[in-house]
Amino acid sequence: MNLAQLPVLEQAIFVLAALALLASFALLAQTRLTASIHSFAWQGAVVALLTALVATVGEIHHLYLSALLTLSLKSLLIPWMLHRLVRRLDMEREVETIAHPALVVLAGAGLVVFSYWVALPIERLELASTRNIVAVSLSVVLLGLWMMVARRQVVAQVLGFMSMENGLFLAAVASTRGMPLVVELGVAFDVLVAAVLFGVFFFHISESIESLDVDRLNRLTEDEGGS
Amino acid sequence: MGDFLSPAGWLLALVQALLFALGAPLLAGWIKRIKSRLQNRRGPALLQPYRDLYKLLGKKAMVAHSASPLFRAAPYIVFGSTLVAVAAIPLLAVSLPTAAVADMIVLVGFLALARFFLALAGMDVGTAFGGMGASREMLVSALAEPAMLMAVFTLAMSAHSTNLSSVMQFNLESGLILRPSFLFALLGLVLVAIAETGRIPVDNPATHLELTMIHEAMILEYSGRHLALMEWAAQLKLMLYGVLIANLFFPWGIATRLTLPALGIGLLAVFLKLMLLGLLVAVAETVLAKMRLFRAPQYLNLAFLLTLLGLFSHIIMETGT
Repeated sequence: MNLAQLPVLEQAIFVLAALALLASFALLAQTRLTASIHSFAWQGAVVALLTALVATVGEIHHLYLSALLTLSLKSLLIPWMLHRLVRRLDMEREVETIAHPALVVLAGAGLVVFSYWVALPIERLELASTRNIVAVSLSVVLLGLWMMVARRQVVAQVLGFMSMENGLFLAAVASTRGMPLVVELGVAFDVLVAAVLFGVFFFHISESIESLDVDRLNRLTEDEGGS
Repeated sequence: MGDFLSPAGWLLALVQALLFALGAPLLAGWIKRIKSRLQNRRGPALLQPYRDLYKLLGKKAMVAHSASPLFRAAPYIVFGSTLVAVAAIPLLAVSLPTAAVADMIVLVGFLALARFFLALAGMDVGTAFGGMGASREMLVSALAEPAMLMAVFTLAMSAHSTNLSSVMQFNLESGLILRPSFLFALLGLVLVAIAETGRIPVDNPATHLELTMIHEAMILEYSGRHLALMEWAAQLKLMLYGVLIANLFFPWGIATRLTLPALGIGLLAVFLKLMLLGLLVAVAETVLAKMRLFRAPQYLNLAFLLTLLGLFSHIIMETGT
């Protein structure tokens, strides 16, 4: 397949997929809480726009609905909820220190290579012109997972979890032109409920250890943690 | 290609290098002027850099007692290698004889040569500032060079050539295509260019504040014609990156045939592109604040990541089976 032979709209789909990958890296490397929530919102918006474009190119009308759902949930509602939580916990200016930022990002780049290698056999299936995006969406999933491993801040881990869902949605849109609407609605609802539950957990964690750094959950006694 | 290797082609290449050398101070003056206007200052006249250079060239060069011959030779080497690097870049027309001689890797090599001697000269006299500036410059460039090469490779993989004018011709022929890899390479190259030319988030070209300067610290001991050559080389480098970004990613307007109207359009196009780029640089310098030096590796890490993503997205999404 040659990119130059595709119509402009399909080229734009590839650009948006690449931007979603960039947003994943921005999430991974961003140490400021509010800025990472913004990155997550941008990723949601990019994925929603990509879905709308796929709907236009493939003339699949129910995808417009899922695009709208993604836009309203993942780029507006959930970021807004997280923002409110962060404001209420008084952590707007919180900056997390990542131990080896360059290594974390390079390992992320390694994950992209890995997911490309994994997706190669899938690409050979004659699916559609968007099949190359499978590798990108797999790397978005893996990067979200890696973010949950590498970061210690609870909010950052939740963002990693949510961006994994973005990756899965991207894969569904790119490879099979979207899931059935019932499934999509269910998943969206799940994510929303998860966001609410995570909010409750934030409060509990911050009440019991007075911080959202989950590394402090490893310590057993109060005075060790309090020092 | 045939008529480009003719004497007229060589003449045009010479004219082009001269245009580069004469236009570089103008670009620096333009950026300075816009920046002052944005900050509600009147700012120096547009031709002030020429006057500065003229004045410095007429002055006697003072050299410290502890300076070795390398200190005297360095300005000529720095200016010479920057000028040669500049001559290899298509400014008005593609496939000139000089462009056929040198490709992007040679270009990076010439810039590295200039930087090497600049850093050596900074350390030569033995003042604290010179050594500090040299070590900082090496820190920045050691991190910027891989990112730049990565961006270059991304372009080269699309165009199947590392030759600058071939890449430009490839872009001209394929028309406007939204390539994610080019987008990332462009962003990465812009970040690298800002770091390499010592513009604001990394280094402040207008400061002589000891603790923060990089480029100014290295040329602190120079005066007279030596200083003029060093500053001229820095201006040349700024224009080099500007033309590189403008003509590689937006080559429209550049002359592909050796006729007078085509060359005129090429000149006008590159002039407008550089004016626009200078405007963007001035706005960015007004809006942004200088980073701490220890943030510079993070900044360049971002540039490297962007160019790496460009390479990845080329391999994943643009080649295909």
